[in-house]
Amino acid sequence: MTIETKTDTPMVEIVNVHKKFGDLEVLKGINLTVPKGKIVSIIGSSGSGKSTLLRSVNHLEVIDDGVIRLDGVQVNRPDMKGLAFERHINHIRQNMGMVFQHFNLFPHLSTLDNVTLAPRKLKGMARKEAEELGREYLNRVGLADKADVYPSRLSGGQKQRVAIARALAMQPKVMLFDEATSALDPELVEEVNLVMRDLAKEHMTMLIVTHEMAFARDVSDWAMFMEGGVVVEEGTPDKFFSNPDHERTRNFLRKHLSSQH
Amino acid sequence: MDVNLMVEVTPLLIKAAWITIDISIRAIILGFGVACVLVFLRSLQIKPLQWFSRGYVSVIRGTPYFVQLLLVFYGGPTIGLTMDPFTCGVMVGAFNIGAYMSEAIRGALESVESGQNEASRSLGFGRLQTLTYVVLPQAAGLMIRSVGVLAIVLVKNSSLVSIISVVELTYQAQRLIGSTYKPFEIFTLTAVMYICIVYAVMGIVELAYRRATRYTTLVKRVQ
Ligand SMILES: Nc1ncnc2c1ncn2[C@@H]1O[C@H](COP(=O)(O)OP(=O)(O)OP(=O)(O)O)[C@@H](O)[C@H]1O
Ligand SMILES: [Mg+2]
Repeated sequence: MTIETKTDTPMVEIVNVHKKFGDLEVLKGINLTVPKGKIVSIIGSSGSGKSTLLRSVNHLEVIDDGVIRLDGVQVNRPDMKGLAFERHINHIRQNMGMVFQHFNLFPHLSTLDNVTLAPRKLKGMARKEAEELGREYLNRVGLADKADVYPSRLSGGQKQRVAIARALAMQPKVMLFDEATSALDPELVEEVNLVMRDLAKEHMTMLIVTHEMAFARDVSDWAMFMEGGVVVEEGTPDKFFSNPDHERTRNFLRKHLSSQH
Repeated sequence: MDVNLMVEVTPLLIKAAWITIDISIRAIILGFGVACVLVFLRSLQIKPLQWFSRGYVSVIRGTPYFVQLLLVFYGGPTIGLTMDPFTCGVMVGAFNIGAYMSEAIRGALESVESGQNEASRSLGFGRLQTLTYVVLPQAAGLMIRSVGVLAIVLVKNSSLVSIISVVELTYQAQRLIGSTYKPFEIFTLTAVMYICIVYAVMGIVELAYRRATRYTTLVKRVQ
């Protein structure tokens, strides 16, 4: 089973990925291909390894075995060491945007500076040019008027939208979302979801870890259910959410659909 | 109380106070360098260097400053380490405060939550860039405060270098008492001068602290 059609180029490839924390095996051979412009949602109960998988994609976690590729380039390179690997991974990461559950905005920088820091320092963009770009991205997440404000003055939803703008400003090939709305008050979830829907419309390749089934069903091209470090089931959202093959998927969905209002 | 005498010796004590300030500033600047090296060695993933750094800090913290001073000044020549008293005062002060400062700096760096580091790395910043643009600006406030406390301890400890006859404030005071037999007047003046120096340091630290943590109170970016 795969989302690929013959014409799709794979943007992210996860091949037989294994990861252990000490004796605890958290990823037990995960495979997933995300074609360019497609959106994959990863769901699963707490501790199933979703975050670890997502973090492995941009090497915030170092995998023990397997291969991860971004646009054909291998991300993990056990053969590379020291500074050479540093250069390699920093370059790779510039092409991947990551959005965290707790936003992780830089509190010492204004909203605009949060967005422009990476383009200026990593791409050598002039301040003026970077700020134009930064304002454009803030505008896209609906926060043009907050450019000069510091993060501590923003609501959770606004913070997360700035975090998305910050990642987008590097013009990444793929966006990784790790429970982007889990830390938000319920009434702030929708504004962040809206931004993500906009990205979907623009055919951004996305890997989304989420507990929001309705959103996942709506926005994704492919859904994947993880448990205990393995992929239990995956498929198109229609099939996956309305008629899953596996009992464990059904149980999980039943619990989660009933707990959502 | 002999006020005339106090007026008379004040210029001499002020002159000596400058030596106290001089020796302290040099020791703090040099000590900061020592601390940075220690933090750097500790951060490398090379066990012997980590052990060295930790061991060094333990030895300094486990022995009195006074003994360190005597050991280097009187014991140093035995292993070919001969210094004039002023240099010795600076060096022992620097290597002493450096150990404490390295712990303060490490603590401040570690106080920045790990999510900041991850956010920076995920954008493609390297370790050094992450340190410069993300971690240091956030650690600076705490770092300044804890280094400030250490600097004050150093200023006060500098009175101990009178034992190796550096003509700083305390030494000068003792010398003047030797010729005037007025310990009350002269030590009172000496104490006042230490207070002035210490409060000046506290003031500078506070200003620097406010500057470094200004972002926490700012609503809007200043152009
Ligand atoms: N740095 C770490 N060191 C040790 N164990 C870890 C570490 N990170 C995660 N784990 C463990 O790995 C397992 C998977 O964690 P992970 O965060 O990937 O789960 P998750 O599916 O994202 O869960 P949640 O829905 O709660 O976010 C858990 O048992 C967790 O305790
Ligand atoms: Mg998680």
